[in-house]
Amino acid sequence: MTTVARPAHAPAPARRRSARTPVTWLRGGGLGNLLFLLPVLLIFGVFSWFPIVRAAVMSVQQTNLVAAPNFVGLDNFRSVLADPLLWTAVKNTGYFALLALVLGYPLPLILAVLMSEVRRFKGIYSALAYLPVVVPPVVAVLLWKFFYDGSSTGVFNTILGYVGMGPFPWLQNASSAMPSLVLEATWAGAGGTVIIYLAALTSVPAELYDAAEVDGASVLKKLWHVTLPQLRGVLFITLILQIIGTAQVFLEPFLFTSGGPANSTLTVLLLIYDYAFANSLGGDYGSATALSVMLAAVLAVLSVVYFRVTRSWSSS
Amino acid sequence: MRSTRKRAMLAMTSVAALGLLAACGSGSPGSNATSDGSGGSQVTLKVVSLKPGSEDSAFKAFDAQVAQFEEANPDIKIESEEYEWTGPTFAAQLAGGTLPDVFTIPFTDGKTLIENGQLADLDASFKKLPYADKFNPNVLQAGKGEDGKVYGIPYAAYGIGLQYNRTLFTQAGLNPDKPPTTWAEVRADAKAIADKTGQAGYATMSQSNTGGWQLTVATYARGGRVQTMNGAKATATLDNAGTKAALEYLKKLRWDDNSMGSNFLYDWGSINQAFAAGQIGMYTGGSDVYTSLVTSNAISSKDYGLTTLPLEGKDAGVLGGGTLAAVNAKAADKVKDAAVRWIDFYYMKKLTNQDAAVLDAKTLSEAKQPVGTPSLPIFDQATYDTSLTWIKDYINIPTAQVKTFNDKIFGQPLVDEPGRSTQELYAALDTVVQAVLTDKNADIDALLTRANTDVQALLDKP
Repeated sequence: MTTVARPAHAPAPARRRSARTPVTWLRGGGLGNLLFLLPVLLIFGVFSWFPIVRAAVMSVQQTNLVAAPNFVGLDNFRSVLADPLLWTAVKNTGYFALLALVLGYPLPLILAVLMSEVRRFKGIYSALAYLPVVVPPVVAVLLWKFFYDGSSTGVFNTILGYVGMGPFPWLQNASSAMPSLVLEATWAGAGGTVIIYLAALTSVPAELYDAAEVDGASVLKKLWHVTLPQLRGVLFITLILQIIGTAQVFLEPFLFTSGGPANSTLTVLLLIYDYAFANSLGGDYGSATALSVMLAAVLAVLSVVYFRVTRSWSSS
Repeated sequence: MRSTRKRAMLAMTSVAALGLLAACGSGSPGSNATSDGSGGSQVTLKVVSLKPGSEDSAFKAFDAQVAQFEEANPDIKIESEEYEWTGPTFAAQLAGGTLPDVFTIPFTDGKTLIENGQLADLDASFKKLPYADKFNPNVLQAGKGEDGKVYGIPYAAYGIGLQYNRTLFTQAGLNPDKPPTTWAEVRADAKAIADKTGQAGYATMSQSNTGGWQLTVATYARGGRVQTMNGAKATATLDNAGTKAALEYLKKLRWDDNSMGSNFLYDWGSINQAFAAGQIGMYTGGSDVYTSLVTSNAISSKDYGLTTLPLEGKDAGVLGGGTLAAVNAKAADKVKDAAVRWIDFYYMKKLTNQDAAVLDAKTLSEAKQPVGTPSLPIFDQATYDTSLTWIKDYINIPTAQVKTFNDKIFGQPLVDEPGRSTQELYAALDTVVQAVLTDKNADIDALLTRANTDVQALLDKP
């Protein structure tokens, strides 16, 4: 079969390039597209974008939502930055994020690797790993709050008592409160990430493991030299997601300790909540929204920096 | 393919159109809360009824009372809704304009709401009430604005008392009919309870601004004050001797005697729960908390004991509190008049009218609600005592167990809560209380100085 070479100077077949007028948009089914998008646009608009815009507006106003608001420029931002509790909250949030990273980031990966090696009952292990995610977060926290009772008759203290470990204060002591929160948060969140890693692990070509085996690699070496590099993309994504998620932690400090004892578990989002709602007479919505805007800006900058820095490393 | 797409488009359009119609047509239940009712002379009045989750029989009794009122006042139509005052939801309802015309608020927030112009001026209608001049002036003060006019009508008042668990007392070898009368005795009893029963002998609230509230109670009981007013200027005095003494006391009980158990993060709800469960020997709280202990925490009545706070030192007093019935400032004049008539009928009558008192007590006791919970008189002691005799057949609380409180409370001077930035002041003290209870090396002086500086900065804000 010979291919017919195109003469070098023949013009490309003329394509009918129609002008994009409203009529062509309509005829092309544009109205249908719009109608299909309408519910999503409405819902996102009302529940997501409008509140964001409203919050940004409120951050430059002084308002109690009852009387008319007055514009105060950057005063709210200044007063938030001058609040001594802000630095406590930032420090605590950083501490939570660090602990969650150290404890909660490797754990799902280890679990996923272990579960992928198992031959039988894989489904049961996956279900068990995911079960804590299915428990409603508030229910989980309230259960753990009960388990964390500081007396020697508390559930955890009783169990640890069987193996001779003294009663721990858990939430009742400033130094053990944050780790207790991280423990519960890890238990509740690991399952989802395990499932993601399990799926990612199936995409690692088996020949790589075989080749490593042939080269005499131990299990750990295989993990380090084959698994981790192959999962790079997923790992980078889950890392940034975890950082962003833990920077916004609210539920655990709010329900476990309300920021105590003595503000040792006060996080940025809990501080925002306290600004807005802790005062029964109407809170400082300006400060709350100002801090929210600042948090969003910091996380956005962090994400941009992160993706720039890791662009060369990630597989995409 | 085209026709399927067209059909889909049609379906979507009709769904969207129906949705929009439904949203527009349902009307807005909240925004017209304060308009006059339809019809010529009938006024619609939105009032609060009972706490959500109250017994059905309680609601039926309420509806019966509404019917009685409507019969006696044919020009008023009552619409009621369940209501419970909690800080965040109240602020949101206030901001959203969905508060009913008549609602109830604690004394703590009364002054600020009046200053913010959120409560209606009831002075004219109030003066027409037959008992307007019989109010205890200290109590009526809580509902008055700085111009001396009445914006909220107090209908319930309480003083802080020392709640104690009689069963734990007995188990610890103490006499439950002889509760402690000095702070030293409280300390000794707490140690006995902790040693003999393993439960916390003494506990205090520490979270959600209740820590600061109870620390203020302890301060007043030792003669201190956390805030002083000089004309319009407020000065924070958190580092006064009374507060220091109260914190030193907590430190000794916690770290030297180990009589405060192992859990220290308590707010109003959780400390009541722990007390009703028999985990706490003694704590300070409002004298009216028995009602909540019965209805929310299923306390066994034989466990409950109430006595007065030990007062030590010059200027020592008992922190008092109470509830105001108030009217939304946006209400029209006709609605305001109707509102005062409703307040008179539902909240006040049982304090001054025998039939109303008996009916109310009967309804409550049939619904297994506590009747006769210790409280403070709104008018004078004589009226209060008389009203108790009216309902004495229905009183179902263990009166003998609260006798020491009822006997002594009227002799104790009542002190108001700090008036400015109360919530923020309490929040600052929360941190101090939590620090003292959870950190053995907490420096009380440094903590108080810091809290004082923070609160003073708030008070100085224009």
